[in-house]
Amino acid sequence: MQITVTVNGTTYTSDVEPRRLLVDYIRNDLGLTGTHIGCDTTSCGACTLIMDGKPVKSCTILAVQADGSEIRTVEGLKRDGQLHPIQKAFKEHHGLQCGFCTPGMMMVGSALIEQNPRPSEEEVRWAISGNICRCTGYQNIVAAIQAAGRELAERG
Amino acid sequence: MTTTVHPKTSPEVGGIGHAVRRKEDDRFIQGAGRYLDDIVLPGMLHMAIVRSPIAHGRIRSIDTSAAEQTEGVVAVITGQMLAEHNLAWMPTLSGDTQAVLATDKVRYQGQEVAAVVATDPYIARDAASLVFVDYEELPAITSPQQALEPGAPVIRDDKEGKTDNVAYIWEAGDKEATDAAFAKADVVVTLDTHYPRSHPSPLETCGALADVNPATGEATIYLTSQAPHAHRTLFALVAGLPEENIRIVSPDIGGGFGNKVPIYPGYVVATVASLLLGKPVKWVETRTENLISTGFARDYHMHGELALTSDGRILAMRASILSDQGAFYADAQPSRFRAGLFHICTGSYDFGAAHVTAKGAYTNKAPGGVAYRCSFRVTEASYLIERLVDNAAWKLGMDPAEFRMKNFIRPEQFPYRSPTGFVYDSGDYHTALREAMKLVDYEGWRRKQAEGHPEGKLYGVGIASFTEVVGAGNSKEYDIAGIKMFDSAELRIHPTGKAILKLGVRTQGQGHETTFAQIVAEELGIPYTDVKVQEGDTDNTPYGLGTYASRSTPVGGAATAVVARRIREKAKKIAAHLLEASEDDLEWEPGRFFVRGTDKGVTIQEVAFAAYTNPPEGLEAGLEDVCYYDPPNMTYPFGSYIVVVEVDPGDGTWKVVDMAAVDDCGVRINPMIVEGQIMGGLTEGFAKANMQWITFDEQGNCIGSNFLDYLVPTAWETPRFKLGATVTPSPHHPLGAKGVGESATVGSPAAYVNAVLDALRRAGHPVENIDMPVLPHRVWGAIQGVAVKP
Amino acid sequence: MYPPRFEYSAPRSLEEALDLLAEVGDEGRVLAGGQSLLPMMKLRLAAPAHLVDINRLPGLGSITDTNGEISIGALVRHADVATDPTVAAHAPLLAAAAPWIADPLVRNRGTLCGSVAHCDPEGDWNSLMLAVGATVVATSREGTRTIPIADFVVDFFTNALRPGEMVTEVRVPKAGPRTGGAYLKLERKIGDYATVGVATHLRLDESGRIAQAGIALTSVAPKNLKVTEAEELLVGNEPSDELFAEAAEVAARTCQPTSDVRGPAEYKRAVVRTYTERGLRRALAEARGEA
Repeated sequence: MQITVTVNGTTYTSDVEPRRLLVDYIRNDLGLTGTHIGCDTTSCGACTLIMDGKPVKSCTILAVQADGSEIRTVEGLKRDGQLHPIQKAFKEHHGLQCGFCTPGMMMVGSALIEQNPRPSEEEVRWAISGNICRCTGYQNIVAAIQAAGRELAERG
Repeated sequence: MTTTVHPKTSPEVGGIGHAVRRKEDDRFIQGAGRYLDDIVLPGMLHMAIVRSPIAHGRIRSIDTSAAEQTEGVVAVITGQMLAEHNLAWMPTLSGDTQAVLATDKVRYQGQEVAAVVATDPYIARDAASLVFVDYEELPAITSPQQALEPGAPVIRDDKEGKTDNVAYIWEAGDKEATDAAFAKADVVVTLDTHYPRSHPSPLETCGALADVNPATGEATIYLTSQAPHAHRTLFALVAGLPEENIRIVSPDIGGGFGNKVPIYPGYVVATVASLLLGKPVKWVETRTENLISTGFARDYHMHGELALTSDGRILAMRASILSDQGAFYADAQPSRFRAGLFHICTGSYDFGAAHVTAKGAYTNKAPGGVAYRCSFRVTEASYLIERLVDNAAWKLGMDPAEFRMKNFIRPEQFPYRSPTGFVYDSGDYHTALREAMKLVDYEGWRRKQAEGHPEGKLYGVGIASFTEVVGAGNSKEYDIAGIKMFDSAELRIHPTGKAILKLGVRTQGQGHETTFAQIVAEELGIPYTDVKVQEGDTDNTPYGLGTYASRSTPVGGAATAVVARRIREKAKKIAAHLLEASEDDLEWEPGRFFVRGTDKGVTIQEVAFAAYTNPPEGLEAGLEDVCYYDPPNMTYPFGSYIVVVEVDPGDGTWKVVDMAAVDDCGVRINPMIVEGQIMGGLTEGFAKANMQWITFDEQGNCIGSNFLDYLVPTAWETPRFKLGATVTPSPHHPLGAKGVGESATVGSPAAYVNAVLDALRRAGHPVENIDMPVLPHRVWGAIQGVAVKP
Repeated sequence: MYPPRFEYSAPRSLEEALDLLAEVGDEGRVLAGGQSLLPMMKLRLAAPAHLVDINRLPGLGSITDTNGEISIGALVRHADVATDPTVAAHAPLLAAAAPWIADPLVRNRGTLCGSVAHCDPEGDWNSLMLAVGATVVATSREGTRTIPIADFVVDFFTNALRPGEMVTEVRVPKAGPRTGGAYLKLERKIGDYATVGVATHLRLDESGRIAQAGIALTSVAPKNLKVTEAEELLVGNEPSDELFAEAAEVAARTCQPTSDVRGPAEYKRAVVRTYTERGLRRALAEARGEA
């Protein structure tokens, strides 16, 4: 089946089998391997990307369902050579260790702070509760997302 | 003991004590990490494994024809085919054998039976479901108690002459002295508890991409490996490949926690497939495969006893362990240590005698016994003593903090020889506990507890004051499959003063690329940003045993310090030559040699340049060296954790309302990274105490085979942590550091459980024990005074 | 893991979708949010031959306020329910419960109607629907019919849809004054299915007596369980702790939990009792304007 998808501003037209998962399309067909796979049960959020403005788990969406949609992955966070505030904040606040959950966490975090640049600790914890991190204990991830929100808000 | 360490270097140089930001982060935050599944090679094929749906059964036949006829399938591999190359079985890290692909029987649900190689992973998975295996089902043994019953079916009938299900027997300590001490006791406190089976489940599952060059036979094997060098040697021994033809590359690792220490059948089969087919073959586990077949941890049924005086002194300890080993005894541990370093079960306390026995049983469950964020069974040992101590205080009517203070090894007793023969290097347990009590406001919580919860819930306060033993070895006593447990560092200073440090250990998120660069920065004054750290590629790093058991800083970090000092020695000779001074007149400050009493000096960068452009006569050019460090002793990190919980007696749920963790891991190289490690460990400890386990039904079906059943806490459930630190340097480590990656996973579970028990006991429920995970229904059962299963 | 092969259609009109559903019959499944169906397919627990993806159908994504009812279209996501002002104003129990469905990312994709149709006894929505007395709108080529939720939820993963029918809408009565409700969910972590879930809903008459009561349970029977006997016990009576305890006792007696890793049956029964009481108290406080 032919699909047309815009990923990080580039439009791709591809022929995919209906059963192909969006995450496999992104990783293997488009070579954007920053989006990861951590489970089979829609539990971990390692595959999170932004589809038509909302963070979703790309392991539980068919590539054919993404036909016509606009997708943003971790590779698309950086704009005009500048890191997104969330990227800088994850490094600054030690919000990552092995890095495997990091793209998913940053995608959720970036979507949150675009809606609500000054989320409370509780709001951040709630927003990232569909994403699992095995390394950090979350405290620094929460701090990073809040800091990124502040930067975004101050920028206006 | 101090609580702060002032860095000797500037923040730009970033030596020890600077919380510099991590160098590795730049690629991870941009999605540019390179994990195993990200690697694509030309002509690459994909492998899927056919697994046993039953726990115990004899294989009557395997029909691969439908799978073979599937379009896109290149090969179907069975155990029979491996047997022709003598590869159907492989050795485990505990000297047992393990089936690569089953030929005779399947011994656990999820065991590898065949493998399908295809041009596409979807097709490989489709075809795997078309491999039909006819089993004669046998009764499953699902507990070690059942395994040791007389007449139990023998699981390991592959082992000649094996007539029972005993995997190993072990003991330590002094039985006679212990018995004598117990005879004199006023009070004996006992505890029976099961440390349940769990799984490290790093977010990235295990996998391999084997690329055997059909022309040369050279095998490049990309592997999710915490120990690439050891794996190379084991591959050479198992597969009979010449070791110089094997290159293991451990790419970015998405978490390991012990899961990526063993060699798994999938690695071997992928390599054989690549060898047979002449093409690269990739195998990546699904989460279910990860949870049901690779490296479980714990599963210790423990009985412990403390002999006490009525005024609250511990006299002796007794413990007996029954471990559930699964179908193959595959504990990843030093060869001479059958129950790992369970010796540390005497914990932070000073008493005269201890005696420990352990027996392992084969069951129809997955093999493993990996040290999940743990130094070889230290977690189980620490849990047992910290739970026993709490029960003792309760039975004696003493405050658990006071009881601990009374029995702690005192600072002046270090180095301290424990009753099981281990020599603790340094410690100050009283201070760590006092700091934790301050940080959490222990007295305040006790008051609130006495006043009662405003909504009728129950407050509980739990303590754990753990001591760990990490950083194996010395090489005299510690080896893995015969390979001595040293570790290595090779440091090259380039002419421009930049450096590359190559290590035998392998980071999985611990931040080696930063921490180890900081050690070089400390020793040579070269900014940490100028030091590239390379790990994981066996062709390009010196031999080492790898990263697990908190050994990277104790061993690899020591090797780095020593090699840097050796280079400094040579640099001094070059500096003397450049300054036209005697070496004896030179002094060192970070980054610079100078002539004593003058402002005449040369920087390390100038020396490096001279090493290649203007070396003194009689001295070899270049500035590089290698060190294989053999630690004189292990290191003994410790700490005190205090957890405050709120229990809802209506449904048995509990949550952490306050928590303080004071860790002493000796000198902290990068305090930020250290705290990150601690928070991660506290979370894993919480997971085990609160929700996480793998269990089995009576047929041996694994319950906990995906993240819907094997629960990993999210940010929502995870407690907020208050961290504190004390610093008691290791006297024998060149930097005074001890290792920290596992302390919190080791120490914290008992604190959580003790807190819940404290809540119940102070509410008048005399509860001796609740096994982990302390699930709501178990708490509810304890309140009702009824035993609930599971 | 990967789903097995299937045929896929993405119709652009309801008519086209209904034609397709009629054509594929039992072999077909509607794909809306896919947050339950796709994981089951990946684990190879489900293998429909044909997926009819309704995400491109117009007009199914809205929440509307009509004739004393809130209508929730087949493409309304859980997250929309949580944030929609109409739901907040007229079906506050749904708005309060929505954040406890699955996790935030699943809520961005999964649909309320899909969950209702799925009839997973561990699903939360059907307990809420039973408590508030929702109706399901089913549409096929033959036309449209409305099915009371209690008739729609037939059994374990079994709904009352006929071949060729799909859920196009769920209608929830507007809460009105003196109404309150609660959904208490015991879960082991965020995203977990309920160990026990209890939905309670009360409407008081002007004198303060209970005019209408809804109690339904999650995860303690082969289907979401409406506790009619307890509801009848409450209606017409003055609310009191004793009455609520009695109703809770009935709920605990009526449910049919099984023992599993989430706990033994007797525990789940006890939680049903506790949560029914707590839920009723909370519903009452809300109905009285005290919450």
